[in-house]
Amino acid sequence: VTTEIADVAPTVAPPRFTTLSRILHWLTAVAIFSALFIGFVMVNSTGNYATLLVVHKALGVTILIIVVVRIANRVTHPAPALPGSVHRLERWAIAGSELSLYVLMLAQPLIGWAMVSAAGTPVVVFGLHLPPIAPVNLTVFGVLRESHTVLAYLLVIVIAAHISAVLMHAIGLGDGMLRRMTFRLPGR
Amino acid sequence: MTHHQDHRSGVGALNRRRVLLGAAAVGGFLVVDIGAVLYAGGWVGSGKRLTRHTFIDGFKWANGPQIGFRKNHGKGVAVAGYFDSNGNGREISKAKVFQPGRTPVQGRFSLASGNAHQADTAASARGLGLAFGYPGGEQWRTAMLNLPVFPDNSPQGFYDRLIAGKVSPATGKPDPKANAQFLAAHPETAAAMKIIAAAPKTSGFGDSPFHGLNAFYFVNAAGTRTPVRWSFIPLQQPGQSTASSSDPNFLFNDLIRRFRAGPLQWRLLLTMGTADDQVHDATLPWPADRRSIDAGTLTLTTVSTEAPGNARDINFDPLVLPPGIERSEDPLLSPRSAVYAASHTLRANEPTSTPAVNVNEVAL
Repeated sequence: VTTEIADVAPTVAPPRFTTLSRILHWLTAVAIFSALFIGFVMVNSTGNYATLLVVHKALGVTILIIVVVRIANRVTHPAPALPGSVHRLERWAIAGSELSLYVLMLAQPLIGWAMVSAAGTPVVVFGLHLPPIAPVNLTVFGVLRESHTVLAYLLVIVIAAHISAVLMHAIGLGDGMLRRMTFRLPGR
Repeated sequence: MTHHQDHRSGVGALNRRRVLLGAAAVGGFLVVDIGAVLYAGGWVGSGKRLTRHTFIDGFKWANGPQIGFRKNHGKGVAVAGYFDSNGNGREISKAKVFQPGRTPVQGRFSLASGNAHQADTAASARGLGLAFGYPGGEQWRTAMLNLPVFPDNSPQGFYDRLIAGKVSPATGKPDPKANAQFLAAHPETAAAMKIIAAAPKTSGFGDSPFHGLNAFYFVNAAGTRTPVRWSFIPLQQPGQSTASSSDPNFLFNDLIRRFRAGPLQWRLLLTMGTADDQVHDATLPWPADRRSIDAGTLTLTTVSTEAPGNARDINFDPLVLPPGIERSEDPLLSPRSAVYAASHTLRANEPTSTPAVNVNEVAL
């Protein structure tokens, strides 16, 4: 490989996240992308609404489980060092963005669960009945339902910022930022 | 530190092509990302797709905003009681509600149409929503009408009827021309209206039967699926009409007076379809000779003004079903669930308004 891009890229491979961390990251990415996309489609569909709602709830609970495991994993396995191209201020931004992603990923499925509970509707996921986690109350339902929408847009924004920053580092600066989270491909 | 310095100098030299490439990648990603959100959210590429907002906007256009009320069936009263199952329903459904025994029920009598302050008329379509086992873990919710069949067999038909049925402020009636055009475009509704007109008339809520209208599948412990339509048949004797031009709530007031005399009861009939019976068209009745199971008795003991904590807050979503009852291929069911959810969400965030029917203001 003798392209200009490869020439500037650091020759020493940057440290990666642990294999489990990387698996959890990409699982969350796929599940959250699907849950958001289905969520947005679902609230505008009529004929497919009922089916999409079942899938959306299943994804939500799946995300909740993965995120809880991820948080435990993140606490026990610190992130590898950032590339040297990251400035001190940017380190704060990265920490803030990571924290907000974790908070949103954890809060969003819980709010979904709570809002169904507040509507007095049984919470059924994968054919299992989950216990209610909020009082049955129309006002509480209204607030939670609005919050679920707001958090969906916040997730879209924070995830877009996250991906944009990684792309700018990986492609624009060629500092191997993305490689911390990817899997080694054969021959590389 | 030296390592960092090296990197910085590499970045400092900033390969212009590379940064442009990075910016292009970010730009490309954002276009796809925002495009996906706009498409999924229905802002672009949705065309004339019927969404829940189409219906909500239609109700608003026909009835005004109706702040704090259901956007359809806005006028109503809350009721509560219980269902005594005789166990016969177990033949076709494993749902707990059909095991012998008692299940608490919350319900709501209502008038069709989204005007929460409409005057009762003898011809008003009457609704009964029931939530068995609310707010427990296994619930059966149903929103029924006193009509033998539903006027529409598609969401588009329902929407077109809503638009054609807008009451003109000048005449107090829907535009006859719009109605004729609608019926010409929807022969299924014209046929259903004939069946509805031929059904026996009842004087009020208490002596009316209520029909689930859509077909559902019942699943028993052996896993056998049976297409079913259910009806609640009144045990009250037919009453005299209390229709009055001076009392805009005569149907509800009659109901409230009946409750003062004692509980009201209905028998639950589960009518089983055969393999020949379609389950996707709510405008078509099944043959009259289909077998019915008498599954038990619904007893409603109390009636209340709509208020926080009672049936006012319940979304009578026809797809909140217990294990043992499943949705059929009827194309109305998922849209009903979607539009009910939109109405529920909307009114949950609106200020409360005073309902038209106040139980305590009804004279003996």
